Amino acid sequence: MATTAYLPKEKMKDWLKVLSEKHQLFVPCLEDDVVLFQLFNPEKNLCFDRPANSSPKTIIFSQCEQLFSFNFKKEPDNPQKTSIELKENLEYPPTIIFGARPCDAKGFMIIDSVYIETDIADPYYRGRREKTTIITLSCPVPYVGCFCTSVGGGPADKAGSDILMTELEKGYFLEASTEKGEALLREPLFEDGSSYIDEAENIRKACYTMVEKPFSDDEPGKKPLPRFHEDTFWEQEGNRCISCGACTYLCPTCYCFNITDEQTANTGERIRTWDACMFHHFTLEASGHNPRPAKYGRLKNRVGHKFLYYPEKYNGVIACSGCGRCIRYCPVSISISNVVASLKDNMRESVDDKH
Amino acid sequence: MGSEKLKEIVSKVLPEVDVVIGYRQGFDQLHAIPHFITTPEHIDQLIWNPLCVHNLATYLPSLNKKAAVVVKGCDSKAIVQYMQEELINRENVVIIGIPCTGVIDVNKVLHAINYRPVKEVTFENGSILIRTSEGQKKLLLSDLYPDKCKTCQYPTPLVYDHLVGEPVKTDKPPESVDEEVREFEKKSIAERLAYWEKEFDRCIRCYACRNACPMCICRDKCIVESRDPHLMSQKLTPGEKLMFHMIHSLHLTGRCIECGECDRACPMGIPVSKLKKMINLGMKNRYGYIPGINPEDKSPLLVFSLKGENTEEQKP
Repeated sequence: MATTAYLPKEKMKDWLKVLSEKHQLFVPCLEDDVVLFQLFNPEKNLCFDRPANSSPKTIIFSQCEQLFSFNFKKEPDNPQKTSIELKENLEYPPTIIFGARPCDAKGFMIIDSVYIETDIADPYYRGRREKTTIITLSCPVPYVGCFCTSVGGGPADKAGSDILMTELEKGYFLEASTEKGEALLREPLFEDGSSYIDEAENIRKACYTMVEKPFSDDEPGKKPLPRFHEDTFWEQEGNRCISCGACTYLCPTCYCFNITDEQTANTGERIRTWDACMFHHFTLEASGHNPRPAKYGRLKNRVGHKFLYYPEKYNGVIACSGCGRCIRYCPVSISISNVVASLKDNMRESVDDKH
Repeated sequence: MGSEKLKEIVSKVLPEVDVVIGYRQGFDQLHAIPHFITTPEHIDQLIWNPLCVHNLATYLPSLNKKAAVVVKGCDSKAIVQYMQEELINRENVVIIGIPCTGVIDVNKVLHAINYRPVKEVTFENGSILIRTSEGQKKLLLSDLYPDKCKTCQYPTPLVYDHLVGEPVKTDKPPESVDEEVREFEKKSIAERLAYWEKEFDRCIRCYACRNACPMCICRDKCIVESRDPHLMSQKLTPGEKLMFHMIHSLHLTGRCIECGECDRACPMGIPVSKLKKMINLGMKNRYGYIPGINPEDKSPLLVFSLKGENTEEQKP
């Protein structure tokens, strides 16, 4: 039996204040007309009306992570001889991501398979991940581009969340599904949640039927995509792509990175920054050869990675949580869900014929 | 809204070119997308309405094909600038101009409908009607214009081979173009720095602004990503973000045609075009030059003259 609790709406800020005392607390805030995860501050304008523009991915898989810093030292007696001193910092503060959506929480599970559940875990990602608690808000309605139910998720999916909150008329119903989550619910602010289970369940269920289903979720990730190797299809779909990184950088599941040494004279640091498979230089080799020189090949790889290659490697799990951000914010409105729908259906001529 | 006339012209032009770039409906009725027409069967999907926001001229310099392109007044300025800088071979481009009465800032619509999935969109006498699960919402087009349309001086394309419909004249005073930046310039340096630091803080260096820009023609060879030489840090500090945007803006000095694509493409809602407009205002004040108006012009910073008319010699 999961631990449940109820929090009246007027006590939300009090709870956030309590959480921020012992944690680095990230909450969705409204800035101009953009929703962003920012450090909690009672003055800030909290926004739970719609999902944040960018996923909270960077809080655990940092967009710019210092792997270590280095320092070249000259030996005073023999200045021609230098030694190098390396320093790393793997201490991360206890952190809470508050008000993420189920698709955001699921995104971290997809990254976990690659960076934690493997022979050699990534210490930076694992370090932040272990210190982070995720408090998710279930979606009362779907938003433009959402398709979570087609990729094995849902607007009230608990996977990846330590606590799932559901907004009720006068308060929030909270349900912990991990020990980390349960610990946070032992707080005098809360009321008993058991009498609100039915109300919450009804709200959660209602949204499932409202989410658009561009393709069916029967055996997600296990069915082949019949048209995947038709290059004419990709040319037609990919020629409008402008090769920017908006889709991958807003994505809760993209995990590719680049490593750069940033050095000035004798000191520097090695940093790991996000990379995007839609950039030309993503596959650029040191020889100058680029095996994926055309835009359509890069789009094919992005879709292929999420819907074919990753599922092949990780038990049929699709590396997409259906958050819809890449669709919502693509400067040329390329829709990954439409592309996959066309690929799944070999009766359909091309994406263009959908309309 | 002129779609039929447009289809007629495209049918005529298609046999002469490899591709016609126009618009068609995207994943929902609120989102138009660039449409690459290579066969007559594609023509039926062509649309023209105020949701056709993209500057399609942007695809031309890297296309290497004989192409026809559908342009609005603002988009046509990119073609004029390409002609000035010899970035396209005019003989390989067929320009289908559309006189435009203003497009829609889709973000404003999304805001008004609470980001709900769109079921249906229709247009009616200067309004757009959007149906969602919350019901139907009627919005005035005049409330949805992006900034560029509010001060548009060239609603009719400046260059074209075919014009769809009758030319439209602007009713916006020329001084309105710079009003916003003139106001902004009145702020102190410290205020402006604080403004930009706050805005660029949310930049994610996705380069959507750069790649959507018709005049960013370095494309895959951009200085901000180059690893050899390693000229710019890949860090995400406010300083590095500001540096990127300053490089973008300065490379557009005397070249930015103010089509607003950078603002539109930004997924984080940063008003990046404002920096470029400020530089354009400087060019106008000093050299009396406005980019993208006359194919015969040369941008003052792209020519060398011993006696520049408006150049003040530095006296020791």
